[in-house]
Amino acid sequence: MAQSIFTWLDERLGLTEIYDTILDRKVPKVNWWFTLGSASLFLGLLQGITGMMLSVYYVPTPDHAYDSITYIMTGVQFGWLIRGLHHWGASLLILTAFFHLLRVFFYGAYKYPREFTWFTGVFLMIGALGMGFTGYLLPWNQRSYWATTVGSEIAGTVPVVGDFILRVLRGGTDLSAVTLSRFFAMHIWILPAVIIATVCAHLYLVIRLGISNIPDRDS
Amino acid sequence: MSSKYHSPNMDRRSFVKIVTSILGTTMAAIVGLPMIQFFISPALNKATGDDWISLGPLENYPLDIPTPFSFNLTRVNGWERSSQSYGAFVLRQSGTDVIVFSDVCTHLSCRVSWDADQDSFFCPCHAAFFGKYGEVISGPPPRPLDRYETKMEEGQLLIHFQEG
Ligand code: HEM
Ligand code: FES
Repeated sequence: MAQSIFTWLDERLGLTEIYDTILDRKVPKVNWWFTLGSASLFLGLLQGITGMMLSVYYVPTPDHAYDSITYIMTGVQFGWLIRGLHHWGASLLILTAFFHLLRVFFYGAYKYPREFTWFTGVFLMIGALGMGFTGYLLPWNQRSYWATTVGSEIAGTVPVVGDFILRVLRGGTDLSAVTLSRFFAMHIWILPAVIIATVCAHLYLVIRLGISNIPDRDS
Repeated sequence: MSSKYHSPNMDRRSFVKIVTSILGTTMAAIVGLPMIQFFISPALNKATGDDWISLGPLENYPLDIPTPFSFNLTRVNGWERSSQSYGAFVLRQSGTDVIVFSDVCTHLSCRVSWDADQDSFFCPCHAAFFGKYGEVISGPPPRPLDRYETKMEEGQLLIHFQEG
């Protein structure tokens, strides 16, 4: 019975084909460094899931942001776990993505025909750093307030357009309610949308082009 | 792969599949089950309130006309502490004989008001009328208006506010 339902669906949806293309690809003999991309993907998904959960209670306004996080930590069951996963997952994701980038670099895996995969990867790395930067302000405590003050001030040192960038980041001259709200929008809508699209492109290319060999002496 | 390490019962592929499913299910459960609890958590803290609230001297209320009274209580919900307003109608019948109605419609919890022209309570949400004694005259409410328990103390009228 189950078998015949599956066959019926498979014939129409091509499930076996999807499975084979994505999970049954031919790969060269590789080592543990090749798992870092998947690890980053896994952590990215975990950030998404725990992030959605945090947004159930979090409010992005100066008068409630801090209190809403205190409530998550003390008033909501398993709040410590969900926030802890999101908090530590953020740093771990940056680490796995960065070591993934290093592996690709040192194995020369960015070369023809994979230049575009590298390009989307660099874009993803910047996107992940952007998620870290925007997320860090959200708890609205002393540390996040001053970290964002310094961070946006650094952007302000760019010649000529610096002051403009600073004001776009902050939504005005000061770090304010406007800043918190736009960082939140970047953190949960805009950057995730861009990142999801880029991850799709990245994975499409990885599947289409296959994984490169570990280079040997002659190459 | 030397045959020494080759199991007659299972090939490498099935082994990897089984281990992956077990690990995957375990991880999904570790995050997924607490997530359910996380989401429903506020639903598990039932609001509780148990207070005697003073409505002032009984003489303030006219005889035989339902008169509104409202009071505020501070409630804490999540990260917010707010003042919530509650309404009641006092119907003084004679000397110390008094009924205090809740203004919450017994249909779907809109607030009723006293309509002097019609000599009845009116709920605007689904056009319901209740009589002066809270009885349903027309409309969908399933039962008469709820009444507060009352008592007199030092000339003051008190109602028993309970929630939860
Ligand atoms: C690349 C993925 C992500 C990274 C690197 C990231 C990073 C961060 C960081 C560093 C914080 C501050 C946490 C803290 O200090 O406790 C944070 C907070 C937050 N993030 Fe994310 N995040 C990611 C994805 C998401 C997504 C997809 C959502 C929602 C759809 C989300 C929602 C939130 C919320 C609501 C907070 C505030 C709660 C808190 O600070 O604990 N995040 N994020
Ligand atoms: S809520 Fe009052 S009539 Fe429906």
